[in-house]
Amino acid sequence: MTTTTVLGYARLPGLMARMTGDEKHAMAAASTVDVLWVLYDRVLNVRPDNVDDPDRDRFLLSKGHGPAAYYAVLAAKGFLDPGSLGGWRGRDSPLGGHPDRLLVPGVEISSGSLGHGLPIAIGVALGLGVRGRRSPRVFVLVGDGELDEGSNHEAIALAGRLGLERLNVVVVDNTSSTHGWPGGIAERFRVEGWATRTVGARDHDALYSAFTAPHPGRPAVVVARLEGEL
Amino acid sequence: METVLTSRDVFAETTIELLDTDPRVVVVLADISASMFDVAAARHPGRVVNVGIREQLLISTASGLAMTGLRPVVHTFGSFLVERPFEQIKLDLGHQDVGAVLVSYGGSYDMSGGGRTHQSPGDVALIDTLPGWTVHVPGHPDEADLLLRAAVRGDDRVYVRLSGQSNAQPVAGEGVRVVRPGRRGVVLAVGPMLDRVLAATAAMDVAVAYTSTVRPLDGNGLRSAVLAADRADVVVVEPYLAGTSAYLVNAALDDIPHRLRSVGVSREFELHMYGTPEDHDAAHGLDVPGIAGAIRSFMEGGD
Repeated sequence: MTTTTVLGYARLPGLMARMTGDEKHAMAAASTVDVLWVLYDRVLNVRPDNVDDPDRDRFLLSKGHGPAAYYAVLAAKGFLDPGSLGGWRGRDSPLGGHPDRLLVPGVEISSGSLGHGLPIAIGVALGLGVRGRRSPRVFVLVGDGELDEGSNHEAIALAGRLGLERLNVVVVDNTSSTHGWPGGIAERFRVEGWATRTVGARDHDALYSAFTAPHPGRPAVVVARLEGEL
Repeated sequence: METVLTSRDVFAETTIELLDTDPRVVVVLADISASMFDVAAARHPGRVVNVGIREQLLISTASGLAMTGLRPVVHTFGSFLVERPFEQIKLDLGHQDVGAVLVSYGGSYDMSGGGRTHQSPGDVALIDTLPGWTVHVPGHPDEADLLLRAAVRGDDRVYVRLSGQSNAQPVAGEGVRVVRPGRRGVVLAVGPMLDRVLAATAAMDVAVAYTSTVRPLDGNGLRSAVLAADRADVVVVEPYLAGTSAYLVNAALDDIPHRLRSVGVSREFELHMYGTPEDHDAAHGLDVPGIAGAIRSFMEGGD
């Protein structure tokens, strides 16, 4: 299943089009694609050859909806055979409308129902500490609409209070939450003790800088905004 | 005077010992029983996690801990452990295919004086909608100790249902065991129901069988007990929703013409009543007279 192929960012539209059938609009529709690309290309210590290494970084895609961008990035980075993208959602495909960790190497969690990834990440971050793993970081991608789920707020509060430094959340904000977040999304994390940064969701250098900025003794959230674009 | 330990005390003692001896063990709590682990938490930094009053996070945290190779023991009252975060149990443990040992306390209505909010007669039925779970319903604190140790040794998904209701003595062994022979049929008592079933059937010529493990249900053991009796008349007495195990009893006796009566907490009504657990037993027909009446009428009905 896994290959050693490594394809560049410019190949992502073609890879996504194998699933969505529309290269022209695929990138614009994928709110998460730049965040995913920067994480896998420049930030995460995870590759097809270390998906079982206990010291790898963990990336948890909590927002399992619209995973075409995720699959495309995994294919570009060699976790998936690009040829497998075309049959997605089919009976014999490991790639479905929501990812299944049992079917795809490198996928850390199965997701789809919203509000599960960040709470699971609390346990992963705590567990890595108990196991004495110093290096691995935990990144979680959630959507702004997903934050409606109360389970996230259980996790945001506890992570802040425990000072889970290895935990990093990126909220892709395309203002899809029905009732919104007066005061801004970052504020919800800041009051709980998180380090916060707000950047453009398409700005690769700003994303990289936000993902790698130190946040000693606290978890960090990066709000990646798409306002005005969608 | 010797102090009698409840299954909740035994849970804390045994789990603390396992924390001391098995580096895989982590305990995840949501305030309930947390003070029982204060000393152990200080001795094992990071290995006793109290998430506060956050039961969705309770289960999800256990999921993440298991993903790093640890063995989470997760505990609160049954209503808040199984019913409130049920989707987390379904997805974060089941669908992710990671293991945990969930240990509830409170049975169906140990806290009857607290009202419906702290009662969970549907917990086993709910867990039973998910594949791959082992469910233990120990009838004595000593059984709870052994079952908990065995559960923690594994890496699968186990639900241990603890209650303040208890039999006077533990029953040795595993699976479905006949504890008193008889000819007219078989009464299978689950966990804390054994003593009252023995009392209810004292004057009846029926076999009494026992199990503290209901998932998987020992169908072969049950079948042997039924084949040893004169008639394939079976009564199952469970301390949670009536009929929860009926489909498995029928499956075990698939090729034997048989009759089955399911006794348990009624599915027909919500009491809206406080009082003692014994009051609730009586209301659901789970006291000695209620069980005796159900068995007698069923056995007579077969004539």
